[in-house]
Amino acid sequence: MTDQAASPGDLAAAEQSLPLAAGRGPWVTALRKIRSDKAAMAALLLFVVIVGLCMLAPLYATYVAKSDPFRSNLSGKIMVDGKRVPVMQTSTEGLGLGFTPIGPTWDIQAYFLGADGQGRDVAARLLYGGRNSLLIAGVSTAMCLVLAAIVGLVAGFFGGAVDWVLSRLLDVLWAFPVYLLAISLSIVLITHGIDIGPISINADSLSLPIFIIGVIYVPYVARPIRGQVLALKESEFVLAAIGLGVPSHRILFRDILPNVMTTLIVFVPLMMAINMLTESALSFLSIGVQPPDASWGTIIQDGQELLYTRPMVALAPGIAIVITVLALNIFGDGVRDALDPRSKLRIRST
Amino acid sequence: MLGAIIKRLGQMLFVMFGISVLVFLIFFATPGADPAARIAGRNASPETLAAVRKDFGFDRPLYIQYGRLMERLFITQDLTSFVNRGWKVVPAVFGVAPVTLSLVLGAAVLWVVGGVAIGLIAAATRGSVLDRSLMVLGLIGVSMPVYWLGEVMNLITQSRMHDSWLFAWVPQLGYKPLTSDPSGWFLTLVIPWVTLATLYMGLYGRVLRANLVEAGQEDYIRTARAKGLSETRILVRHALRTSLITIVTLFGLDFGALVGGAALLTEVVFGLQGIGKLTYDSLRNFDLPVIMATVMYASFFVVIANAAVDLLYVVLDPRIRTA
Amino acid sequence: MLQVRGLKVSFRTEHGIVRAVDDVSLDVGEREIVGIVGESGSGKTISILSIMGLINDPNAVIEGSIIYKGRELLGLPQRELRHVRGEEIAMIFQDPMTALTPVYTIGWQIGEQLQTHTDMSRRAARQRAVELLDAVGIPDPSIAVDRYPHQLSGGMRQRAVIAMALSCNPSLLIADEPTTALDVTVQAQILELVQRLRRDFGSSIILITHNMGVVAEVADRVMVMYAGRIVERATKREIFTTPWHPYTWGLLDSIPPLDGPRPHRLRSIAGMPPSLLALPKGCAFGPRCRYRFDKCGERPPLAAGSGHAAACFLAAEARESAWSGRKPVAGAA
Repeated sequence: MTDQAASPGDLAAAEQSLPLAAGRGPWVTALRKIRSDKAAMAALLLFVVIVGLCMLAPLYATYVAKSDPFRSNLSGKIMVDGKRVPVMQTSTEGLGLGFTPIGPTWDIQAYFLGADGQGRDVAARLLYGGRNSLLIAGVSTAMCLVLAAIVGLVAGFFGGAVDWVLSRLLDVLWAFPVYLLAISLSIVLITHGIDIGPISINADSLSLPIFIIGVIYVPYVARPIRGQVLALKESEFVLAAIGLGVPSHRILFRDILPNVMTTLIVFVPLMMAINMLTESALSFLSIGVQPPDASWGTIIQDGQELLYTRPMVALAPGIAIVITVLALNIFGDGVRDALDPRSKLRIRST
Repeated sequence: MLGAIIKRLGQMLFVMFGISVLVFLIFFATPGADPAARIAGRNASPETLAAVRKDFGFDRPLYIQYGRLMERLFITQDLTSFVNRGWKVVPAVFGVAPVTLSLVLGAAVLWVVGGVAIGLIAAATRGSVLDRSLMVLGLIGVSMPVYWLGEVMNLITQSRMHDSWLFAWVPQLGYKPLTSDPSGWFLTLVIPWVTLATLYMGLYGRVLRANLVEAGQEDYIRTARAKGLSETRILVRHALRTSLITIVTLFGLDFGALVGGAALLTEVVFGLQGIGKLTYDSLRNFDLPVIMATVMYASFFVVIANAAVDLLYVVLDPRIRTA
Repeated sequence: MLQVRGLKVSFRTEHGIVRAVDDVSLDVGEREIVGIVGESGSGKTISILSIMGLINDPNAVIEGSIIYKGRELLGLPQRELRHVRGEEIAMIFQDPMTALTPVYTIGWQIGEQLQTHTDMSRRAARQRAVELLDAVGIPDPSIAVDRYPHQLSGGMRQRAVIAMALSCNPSLLIADEPTTALDVTVQAQILELVQRLRRDFGSSIILITHNMGVVAEVADRVMVMYAGRIVERATKREIFTTPWHPYTWGLLDSIPPLDGPRPHRLRSIAGMPPSLLALPKGCAFGPRCRYRFDKCGERPPLAAGSGHAAACFLAAEARESAWSGRKPVAGAA
């Protein structure tokens, strides 16, 4: 711990006498900070590249690999090193069924990562699966944050009975172990979908995991938001506004919301990482994304039976998850550092 | 004081009640969740379905079914499974508890020791390559799906490499009770311990480092330095002590959740028949009695852990104690 | 006892080099109370932090010489400095609210310092802590010793901090604005305590403040700092009766007068302190000085020695007429 022990007061004053950046708001300062954070920028770039690659899945499947990743291809043949080779090869190991899928060919035009138990192109499925995993992570995060913001703001701002009821609900949901809630809801809803009044979701639709994952983490975000709103209500500038007779909704939107926004923004990459891991766990247990759709979690499940013979099927999606979640976490750290109002003096950096 | 305790107990009971109602509703009242159909099978005839309904009491009003379920679970404790008739639920739950406990305790020791070490070293060498590497490693640990890591571990230790000297000691997947086979117990659990601990070690290391660094900016650290104390002493006695509060409360919550069955993915992947596996199996089978029992078991620990953590907070932070 | 010569502390930053302390020299003799006066950013705190080697920023560049009891402190390895800190030279900081570790009792914290520097047993250390708390005027010291910092009021906490600082009988106590965070009545008590320290404990004291009133109360000699430099060095009497530097005049003028007609507006010094990244060539105070002339484009030196001196080119007569001719300028802002 070799931090300097200089008085923050003196250094802060020294910093204040630095050339003033004329009229920069907090958002611009934050953007500058994060842009100078190389690790965060690299992580963001990596994430964008991953998203881009996955979005190009149809192009890859149709034009490059020329395979249909959703159709069973047990008797298919592909070109490897100029020879036509069967996708499922006779073999005595592994499944004991007499044949085993081809391993990675490392040929980008033909079953780059090999085939899975149904003879399908793993690499193409990986990209398609990535689309679903990313989509679910993104939309469920948006849903979770919006819901949590509403609940947190309403409970914190209006207080009283409304707060009491909402807080009791949050207490119960909070204590309900997340994995249990996720699995229970998934198991029950997976068979028949949802059909309650205006909300109607097909059992096979991707919206189901999105909905479930979006809902279960709401207490984890709503609580801090509510806490922040409560603290802000007592803060001097809000008390001043109330004293001046500013109407409630204006205080909510002008004074409280912007501060809550920073918290929400910090949550975005972190929740995306968590949601992605949750979705993959549910899909692995076969209660997340349903066939014929694929996600990285389902591919890992596919790879389970082939784990000791064709490990790549299980390894590749896992590595993809790790890299994506890692990038989100690193970027998330950078966002948090950039938006932290208590960020320490810049004099330390060279 | 007594009033506060009673109030807290009331809140805990309320929460557990709420959870039990929620679970019941999810499995009994969700459209499409027909327990009779589950038990009778997909292609059961209407007569079979009706018979099953009568047999199990599904034709009664919901609140009566709920009441009977809870009564048999907590009071008479003779609740039996829907799927394996005659199989008593409560003893079953307590029967598999040692497995989960073994898994969680071992992993907890690993991750606490490891996480604290990582946090301390990283904070002490702040800014160095070692610090950055440790944080990146920790981050990778947090970014891995735990079940996937388990699969990878299995891949390495159970397959071809099994025969090599490095991993030949890893036994087949499964659990051996401590009392009957101590060395077997230990060996089967080593890999699961490492797998489960990896995630938490990374997390705790990062959290502790952040707390230590933040504590290091505080004025009292400056005073300690001006007193002429050694850096080690400052780190351990002053910075760590104040950061400990966060780590201990975090640990309490995580440990409580895991003992209650949160390690289910790890148990599934390593073939350990613990609470988590039991929970998962019962969920898949819609075996409501077992589901209710395991969910109550889990939420009990969560609720207890929360209370314990609140208590610990008071013990560890004198500012709250005497305020 | 303490001789600082040519102390320079700069920091490398992304905007350039910040010269926080720019050639500072001062002496502190035995049983002397030396006041350092200046506004925030004048370099007072950094100067004293360098004396104790408490600047660990890798971007800091420290030059000069700090000789304490004949021993050069600058460049000493941390291991040795740790013996000096707390034992020979003690330091107390501005904010008593956050100066003590919240999770240990004050008795424990004082005991920790004692046990680090001497080989007292825990019981003896606790006993000594009680004596110290008593000596600084804390009521019921045997109860207070087991209290946590947050259980004491600000004034009591500052006394406890002083007690802790004095526990190993340091010859030099450095106090960085010890009364700024306290209210006025408590301020008076702390200052009285400081004077008692010199009398009863025989310590020398460096007292940093931005408050001329504090200086008037306790200091023997005064250094006025501005923009990292010492601009005037004088005894207490000299600084209040015949100050030489225009900045000092500004400081004295801005004290609201207790008698005479009420001023229309409180007087302050026009302008802002310069950025430590881009100090003006020549006299740092030049841009704000009413009496500036051509020579001020060179940096005015501070005469060596220990007598009354100012870093200013004003000749003696010009200075005297300027000082005596200072009338309140209406609306000076």
